[in-house]
Amino acid sequence: MKQNIGLLILLSTVLTACVTINIYFPAAAAERVADQIIDDVWQLKQDGTDKEKAPAPTEPTPETK
Amino acid sequence: MKKIITSFIILAALFSANWAIAAPDLDINTPAINAIKASMQARHGQLAPHYNSGAIGLTNDGLIAVHDATAVPLKDRQGINGLVAEENADRSKLYKEIANANKHPEWEGGIRDSFAGRWIDKAQSGWWYQGAGGWVKK
Repeated sequence: MKQNIGLLILLSTVLTACVTINIYFPAAAAERVADQIIDDVWQLKQDGTDKEKAPAPTEPTPETK
Repeated sequence: MKKIITSFIILAALFSANWAIAAPDLDINTPAINAIKASMQARHGQLAPHYNSGAIGLTNDGLIAVHDATAVPLKDRQGINGLVAEENADRSKLYKEIANANKHPEWEGGIRDSFAGRWIDKAQSGWWYQGAGGWVKK
């Protein structure tokens, strides 16, 4: 009986810890969305995606005869 | 005894499943957040020269502030205060909206702190930011 009570206390502690983790602030996810938004607002990492530079036409040197 | 262990295993399974569901990214794709982002993006063109000159710096609470008004020509000094106020209003709204969009309004402070660190990390060299002991040039 005494053993059971000890076990119950242990189990409830573990479960409470699980619930605490569950509602904990997701710092890593928040940093990821911060990165996404900052990249958009400051227009970082846009090279090659938004700017479609038309390649400078390479003109063949006209042959003058 | 056996019953207790069995029920613990079931409960543990339920909670760990729940935890796995809680892990994915925060949602930032709402009309309100997109509107704030667009407004900040449009304003950045006006703010960028002031970050470069040191007139404006990044604060350690996820906002911006006037760092050195003398870096701005006299005629533009009034405008800079308005720009800073508008930008800070947008930023505060943004942090609040992200928390609300993810149904955890109490996360606003944590989101603000995360942004504060990332704004400074991503700032260009030469820009000013608030460190632990005051303004620092990056």
